[in-house]
This record gives sequence, structure tokens and C-alpha cells, in this order.
Amino acid sequence: MRNTFIGAAIERREDLRFLRGRGQYVGDLAPNGLLHAVVLRSAAAHGRIRAIDAAAALKIPGVHAVITAKDMPGGPPIIPMRLQPLPAFKPFEQPVIAADKVRYVGEPLALVLADSAAIGEDALEAIAVDIEALPAVTDRAGAQNGGSLLFEAAGSNIALEFRATRGDAAAAFAGAAYRRRERLKVQRHFGLTLEPRGVLAEWDAAQGRLRVFGAAKVPFFNRRILAAQIGLPEDAIDMVENDVGGGFGARGEFYPEDFLIPFAARQVGRPVKWIEDRRENLMAMNHARDAEADIEIACAADGTILGLRGETFADMGAYMRTNGAVGARNVAQFMSGPYRIPAIDIAATLVMTNKTPVGTYRGPGRFETDFFRERLFDMVANELGIDRVEFRRRNLVAEREMPYALATITPYEHKDELDSGDYRITLARCLAEFGWTEKAKLQGVLIDGRYHGLALGCFIEGGGAGPKESARVALEPDGAIAVYLGSSAVGQGVETVFAQIAADALELPIERIRAVFHGSTGYVSDGYGAYHSRSVVMGGSALLDAAEKFRAALRAAAAQRLGCDARAVAIGEDNVAGPDGRALPLTDFAGLSAEGAFHNKKHTYTYGAHAAHVTVDPKTGHVAIVDYVAVEDVGRIINPMTLNGQVIGSLVQGLGGAFLEHLVYDENGQLLTGSLMDYRLPTASDFPNLRSIVLDMKPSPINPLGAKGAGEGGIIPAGGVIANAVANSLTAFGAEPRELPLSPPRVWALLEEARMGNANGE
Amino acid sequence: MTRFEANGRAVEVAVEPRMTLADCLRDVLRLTGTHIGCEHGVCGACTVLVDGEAVRACLMLAVQAEGRRVTTVEGLSHDDTLTPLQQAFRKHHALQCGFCTPGMITTAHALLSEEPDCDADRVREVLSGNICRCTGYIPIIEAVLEARSAYRGDGRAGDDGERR
Repeated sequence: MRNTFIGAAIERREDLRFLRGRGQYVGDLAPNGLLHAVVLRSAAAHGRIRAIDAAAALKIPGVHAVITAKDMPGGPPIIPMRLQPLPAFKPFEQPVIAADKVRYVGEPLALVLADSAAIGEDALEAIAVDIEALPAVTDRAGAQNGGSLLFEAAGSNIALEFRATRGDAAAAFAGAAYRRRERLKVQRHFGLTLEPRGVLAEWDAAQGRLRVFGAAKVPFFNRRILAAQIGLPEDAIDMVENDVGGGFGARGEFYPEDFLIPFAARQVGRPVKWIEDRRENLMAMNHARDAEADIEIACAADGTILGLRGETFADMGAYMRTNGAVGARNVAQFMSGPYRIPAIDIAATLVMTNKTPVGTYRGPGRFETDFFRERLFDMVANELGIDRVEFRRRNLVAEREMPYALATITPYEHKDELDSGDYRITLARCLAEFGWTEKAKLQGVLIDGRYHGLALGCFIEGGGAGPKESARVALEPDGAIAVYLGSSAVGQGVETVFAQIAADALELPIERIRAVFHGSTGYVSDGYGAYHSRSVVMGGSALLDAAEKFRAALRAAAAQRLGCDARAVAIGEDNVAGPDGRALPLTDFAGLSAEGAFHNKKHTYTYGAHAAHVTVDPKTGHVAIVDYVAVEDVGRIINPMTLNGQVIGSLVQGLGGAFLEHLVYDENGQLLTGSLMDYRLPTASDFPNLRSIVLDMKPSPINPLGAKGAGEGGIIPAGGVIANAVANSLTAFGAEPRELPLSPPRVWALLEEARMGNANGE
Repeated sequence: MTRFEANGRAVEVAVEPRMTLADCLRDVLRLTGTHIGCEHGVCGACTVLVDGEAVRACLMLAVQAEGRRVTTVEGLSHDDTLTPLQQAFRKHHALQCGFCTPGMITTAHALLSEEPDCDADRVREVLSGNICRCTGYIPIIEAVLEARSAYRGDGRAGDDGERR
């Protein structure tokens, strides 16, 4: 194993096609005989379906079929959960198409197949839908009072309560010198990808084979679901990953369309393509966040944290989707973050409402819970009169305490621990780079009409979800290497980063790694995909194993021809040689291939610290970021350029969540933010002053690369750090933000409330 | 029949009046480098050059292209090498998933062709009409600023078939 390319800022090989318009995304595919699918979606948030009449639509020239639940004998298949598939969630899982009831605006009712998407959209307007409206449940209170039930058979709108526990919280609180309780809220927003979702399916009746294009994130898992639903053996289905225009946790989970499009292609015997438009995307792709906390902290008088307890609530929307429980679970389990909190008792209640179902979004649950925790910490430090940096430093888990047990989650009995690290390193580095001491004098100061505020926060970022990943290395006829991975690419640069790992593992120049194939189900025997910052940790470690097995196989094959012991074979860049100096060209062994795997059930924990300097205009509520420093230690850096790119990109998404992005519903369950004019995303002029520093100080002890997950660290602390900076700028008013996003109207309202409160108090 | 020039080639297409230029480029002419991200003119992924000016192809009908000169990202590319603007994007890691990239390249090319001396604020202002979800924009701004020198004087970098 060399260390030549790992750690180097290698320019990406993917860029050569993307920059010239030669990427191939699923929407770019147009096989002969293609039909276009368009989805009719419910305009009602909650109701009983009385009738769907497509007769008029079918008369439109160019319309080939309209598929509804009635076309599925035995009823529409149900989409099972991928993560935390607990029995309690079963009643709340989503059918691939609505049959009896609709439960959110955007739920599929029918699928139109037409010669073009435009004709299909014409047909949507000709389908008559009769829905008996039911009262919509649009918030937690409505869900909890149960006046209107989404699932009558379940008897409740509460899907489950998780509990995160550690130590004896009751005892910790009973003896505490100081307590504080706060209610905090993070708004519904989501992992909007610039490329909308898309699926293209081809059914080969003669071979009995189904090919599904547009696969992403977890193709092998989705193939298992589809095979069971559609009644085919798994190996009769190929899931093909094309170029993918962003994942962020939201793309690539099994959605209704992932069944409907293959089903339609098989029905009509022609290729069928569906490309989501942006309006659908905003109401159909997994929403996320949408969580509340009512939490209490117990401390000793010197600021040592003794315990954390309380309740959290997560709005699941209308169904439990494949990974819908992850955010709620993480809010409870990771509320302690990188801090030593000996006693924890946090409940997480998952409520169902008539809104788009939720799934994960980069840093799921962690963005929310870091906002809850760090906001609370600043209020506590202020009240106790302890410096906010010192309060955090004192309570960070120390390196000698590793591995450090996190709270246990029930049900699921999931135990987890922080693997390694010295959390003080990233905090110190962040403060130094930021110039905390010099800037401290600006805290709360009014300069030229704007109030200045500083804040910092520490975080952990889980990565490396198991149980396994696969990789294969193959020698091509001209001596080049092809790498095949069970990991998926969602735009993060998998081809470049894995070429770096392969070149070093095989001790070859990087140019010899001709291609890195990933994501599609045909490449390796079993793959687990791209989520939970796992690609480098799991796929990279599997690739090391494959490379080692490849080199062993090469030695064995050469030994046979050279008549020597395999251990005596030396592998060069172009040939293999025996102890007597006789050499054979590498190309003699073309076709040689080895598959490797990495098994691991533990998680890696990247850690870091962020600091922000903001100014607030009290007249408009506008917040500007003057400086922002993000520091994280990822154990081992494969490519610092792509890593920094992940940090800054992730951070700007976090700032979108802190300031702009908000999926707003009215009291009837209608989505009010159904376009990019209403759902505000960060643009190039919003956040120009951001800095990222990446470190590889403390390798993870639980994988051979020493790597930890990366890519989510930028987003996780952003909401908490920004809200604290805004709070600290407004100390003159005593304004305390307790809810995101901090849009100008909300900041302005916060100031008005504080001013009125102060006036009334006097 | 609608006749226009696409990447230096005369084309003639029979399209419905309601078809957008973006759909025409992608579905009829199979120039799939132009991406569709929102179809309501906000995201900028479909930006192309019409007579050298950056235009959202989702907000223009194909029939409106009659007699115009349309350049897509494919038309700004060379077969074997990257243009200085593309090289700067690669060097600064100004793209990740690549979906916004064609619109960023066309928009930046139009800007630098007109204003090769623009400053960072101007670059941010112009590119604020293009959404990127991956990079956080900072490397894109750096790349465009670096590419300015290639657009000054005779060193005209991008090739949109026009010599001004």
C-alpha cells in the first residue's frame, strides 16, 4: 500500500464530461418506442376516494394508458421501511398509489402514459377525480388530539415513541444546582436536488428481464423491494445508475414511482420514462427536519453538565417512508453531540400529519438536535455567567474517555459509541482561525446601524453505516484496471476518490485506474450504497480488501507460471517477477479479477467546531455573515479538494435551512411553497464569506483506512451556530431565537417582541 | 418549420408552438447538455446563448429561435481539451454533481465575453440567477474570476462561433 494519491488534491475525472455537457442523467435517455409517464397527484390533503374517471383522458390522441390502483390485482403494493423497520410502523407505510384514501397533497392517484410529457399533462386535466374531503391534520396538536385519524385501523396518529437513555436522569436532576427548560423548533425543509427525480424502465418480455435506469443511493436494496412487489427474481432486474444530479439523502430511496414506472413498462411492453417536474418535486420528494423539542438541562454551579431530559416531536407527514424514522431517532440519540452528558432521558414522539412524508436530509436529526442543544447551551452559559467557549470546552468528551457510550435508543436497543478523537483540537483550531479573542470585543456591539454577534458550536458527524460493502478489481487486456463498487455516486466525486484509493492499494499510477464503475447492480454481488457518510469508510475499506485479494491472486497465478512460491513473486507496475529475475508482463494476466468486502457494525464519528460572525440590521431583520469558519477532523483525508467542497457545499445548505428554506402548509394541508419562487434556496450572492479547514489528526480505529465519514459536517452545526450568533448580536434587546428559519421577517418580529416585552417590563 | 443555428449548424425543426427551446434542444436535437431544473426560470440550469446573450431555454419557445444563433454548453466545448473557463472550473472544484454546470458555464461565458474585467461582486450578482446545490458557490466564483484573463484582449477563450 502506497500513500501517493491518497491525501492529494487530484482534479476530478468526472469533470471532463460534466463541463462539456456530456454527462448522462436519466432524463437524457431516449430509447426507441419511449412512452412518457405523468403522475396525477392528489389536490386534497385528506379524503376518501370515491371515483377516478379517466375515460375522457383516454380519448386524447397520443394517450396510451391510465393506470390506477384498480389495475393492481390484490391492491397496490406497500413500500417497506429500509431503516428501523419496526413492527409499530407497519400500519403507516405507503402504498405505491392511493387506493381508498389520500393523505397528502401530491399523493399519486393515477399514472398517464403518453407519446410526450406534454400530452400526458393535457390528459391529467381530463381525469375526473371525486374525493370526499376529510379534516386535514396539519400540526402536532391536531395529530395528538386524534379528532381526525389518518389511519383509522391504527387508532392513533402517533406512530411510535423512541426513547434515548443513559444513566439515571431523575437522580441527576434531583440533585442539580441549576436547571433550565426550553422549547425550540426547526422548520420543515428538505434535500432539494437540482436534478429532479426520474425513472426509466424497459421490460424485455422475451428474456423476462427488467432494466431500471435512474437508480441512486441504494440500488441493491431497492431491487429487493421491486422484485418482491413486481413478482420477479432479483437477478431478473438490473438497476442502472446514471449520472446523478445530487442526492443529499433524499434521492434514491424507494418512492412510489420506483414501482409505478417499471410496472407500467411491463404492462405496455414499451420503455416508459418519468421525469419529475419541480412542482411535483416540492410535494413528492421526501421532506425533512420539522421537529420540536421541550428539553431541560441540569448543571452543577460551575457549568458541568449533569443531565439532559425532555420530549421531542417529529412530524412524519402522511406515511412512514423507507428512512422516515431516522431523523426523529437521531434527534434523541445525538442531542448530547460531542459532550459528556452522564444522564440522558429524551423521548421522541413521531406524529402523522396530512403533509408530504419525511425522509432523511444530509445530517438527519443532527441539524435539528444541534440547534436545540447549542441554543440551550448559550442560554445556560449566559445565565450562569460562564464564558460560552469555556462552558463547551469543559463539557467535551475527552480523548481518554473513548470509546464513549452514547445514549441507547429503544425500541431497537441500538447501542452506539464515539469511536475516537480529541475534540479540543478542532475547537482550539476553530477559535484560532476565526480570531475569536480579537473579535470578542464586537459581541453585541452596534456599528453603522448593524449589531454584531459571534457564536461557536461543536459537533459530531456519524458515518460508515454497515453491515457491509463490496468492491471488485479487474485487470483489463491492456493492463489497465477497472474498479467496481457497491457504493453509489450522487455527485460527490466517487470516481476520482476511489481511483486514488485503488491506485495506492494496487501500487500503480493513477492513470492505470481506467474506470471506476459504481452503483449499478451488475457490478458486484451485493452493494449497500451511499448514505450515512459511508462510501469512503465502507466502500474504500472494501476496495482495500479487493486490491489485496487481487494482488494475492496475481501472485498465485504468476507463481504457477514462474515455478516459484507465490510469496516470492514481486509485483511491478508493468510486470510480475520471480526470485530469479524472470518476469512476465502484467497483460498476460488480463481477465484476473478479485472481489473484496468490508464488514463493520460500528460507526465512525467525525468531529469539529464552527464559529460565525454575523451582523443584524434591526430595521429590516436582515442577517449578514461577516465570517464563518468550519473545522473538522475526518481521520484520513482522501482528497482535500473534494472534502473542502463537501464542507462548504454542506454548510451553505445548512445556511439555507438556518435562514431561507421553509416548506409552508396552510390549515387545509395545502403546500404554499410549491415553486422555487416560494421555496427560497441560497444563491451565489448570499454567503460569500465562508472558510473550511479539514484535518486528519485522529484516524478511526475501526477501519483499515482510518477514515471517518465526511460530507455532512458542514450542515450539522449551522442552524445552532447561526441562531446563537443572531441571539448574541441582540443581547441589548434580550431577544432569543427559538425557531428557524431566521428569515428577515422573523428576526424583525423577534426584535419587536423583545422591544415590547422590555417596554412592558419597565 | 423553425430554422435556426444550433452550435454553428443550421437546423430545421417541426415543433408544436408550445414547445420550449429547452425541450427542443434536448428532445428534438438531442443536445442533452442543456439541463432542465425548474421550468419556471429560477434555477438557470437550462441557460443557453441566443445571439451571444444568456437566455433561459425553459422560458423561450422553440419557435422564437427562428433565425437566431443558439449556442449550448456543447457548442462551448472542444473535443479534446477544456476551455480556460472549463479548466478553471475543474481546478477550483466548481462542480460536484454537474447538473447546474452547463448553465453556470454558459452564464459565465456570456458575462466574461461582455465584461472580462468584472469584479467578484459582479460575478456573484450575475450568477445569483443560477442555483447550485452542491458547491456553495464559492469555488464557482473563484473559477470565473480566474478565467477572466482568458477573455481579455485577443485571448478570447470560449468559442461560441463569434469573434467580436
